[in-house]
Amino acid sequence: MATTETTAAGIGPVEGGSVYDVDNPAPLIEAPRQRTKKTPRSTRGNFEMGAWLFMRLSGVVLVVLVLGHLLIQLVLDGGVSKIGFAFVAGRWASPFWQVWDLLMLWLAMLHGTNGLRTVINDYAERANTRLWLKGLLYTAAVFTILLGTLVIFTFDPNIR
Amino acid sequence: MATPVLDKVEAESAASPYITVTFRIRRFNPEVSAEAAWQDFTLEIDPKERVLDGLHKIKWDVDGTLTFRRSCAHGICGSDAMRINGKNRLACKTLIKDINPEKPITVEPIKGLTVLKDLVVDMEPFFQAYRDVMPFLITKDTNEPTRERFQTAEDRERFDDTTKCILCAACTSSCPVFWNDGQYFGPAAIVNAHRFIFDSRDEAGEQRLEILNDKDGVWRCRTTFNCTDACPRGIEVTKAIQEVKRALITRRF
Ligand code: HEM
Ligand code: SF4
Ligand code: FES
Repeated sequence: MATTETTAAGIGPVEGGSVYDVDNPAPLIEAPRQRTKKTPRSTRGNFEMGAWLFMRLSGVVLVVLVLGHLLIQLVLDGGVSKIGFAFVAGRWASPFWQVWDLLMLWLAMLHGTNGLRTVINDYAERANTRLWLKGLLYTAAVFTILLGTLVIFTFDPNIR
Repeated sequence: MATPVLDKVEAESAASPYITVTFRIRRFNPEVSAEAAWQDFTLEIDPKERVLDGLHKIKWDVDGTLTFRRSCAHGICGSDAMRINGKNRLACKTLIKDINPEKPITVEPIKGLTVLKDLVVDMEPFFQAYRDVMPFLITKDTNEPTRERFQTAEDRERFDDTTKCILCAACTSSCPVFWNDGQYFGPAAIVNAHRFIFDSRDEAGEQRLEILNDKDGVWRCRTTFNCTDACPRGIEVTKAIQEVKRALITRRF
């Protein structure tokens, strides 16, 4: 019997033998939700609730801001052909449109970033993939928000 | 004596209610192969019978190695949730005639939990999430059942829907958020927390809400309604989850 090549279960001998034995056991893969020493004690807190609420509240405000923005830029008064340096300069001369654009920038960016954070949490499976994707996401978000804010506040219509 | 018996058999077979149905079953046996594979079984079966009866016929008469869980066979114990024609159902509550027997009927294990063999999955992560929400009555002063805890009909009605859960895991294993990494508490745990959070006799609602305020708690729900569609008890699962979300928000603000 010792010479049989395959076991009754149909498992063939492993090439080169197993690297694991009693003294050197194979690494254990923990089951999901298993409590281990590495499991953080609690990930409770109000951050996820805040994020969830923010998505809905910012969404409501964005309906007005974004649809209004699209209407003004693309439909009314000659449509997209009217947009030029003078048009932008004219609008940003008024604090009303500055605040509008600033608010839209911040809300849309934070809303979109948080939305993509959810998507990454839902689709990226490995912790490392998540880390990198989120790092990229947050970098892009911070860059865009800072640059946009800077432009809105320091825009100079007399630039040559 | 022999002739009438034969006649009777012939007459019966002429009016046979049986039809030919193909069961396409996802087989997996880790002792034989690391890969899962589809296997077809063709059966003569009465379309008024259930998918579970088909699985029994296969296991008892064709291939005894087919492995699946079932206990009550009447939709009460919650052991035979499986993915039938791509939808989570109880095999014992699904009639063959209701799921188009003209095409092969696919039967797979529920998703998002480790498959142990054929249709049997490791339910441990599911029950861990269930235990985490403390699914038992908690009272401040005494837990001793010294007297009856009275409750009005309206108070009982408040959480009636979520008392119907049989812990079959059809909802949790239909949820795409649970499929990813299995860390989300899942609809079933939230349903069973809801059962006690909204019970006027229970006094640990606050604790349970706090537990579900976790990173992988109710806020991971994306309102896809897969759970509500899957629940064989007809529980409005998504609604229960939203009620827990609302309770979390209103207790703060
Ligand atoms: C116009 C008004 C808008 C409303 C009412 C709105 C509303 C919402 C809500 C409620 C969610 C959460 C969905 C969930 O939790 O399942 C969401 C997700 C999301 N939003 Fe918005 N949003 C708006 C505009 C925007 C804009 C302008 C952007 C892009 C900058 C954006 C990007 C996203 C992304 C990436 C997600 C995540 C995708 C997902 O959850 O499936 N949204 N939105
Ligand atoms: S809520 Fe419905 S689908 Fe989910 S475990 Fe309970 S009975 Fe099964
Ligand atoms: S066997 Fe008990 S619920 Fe189906």
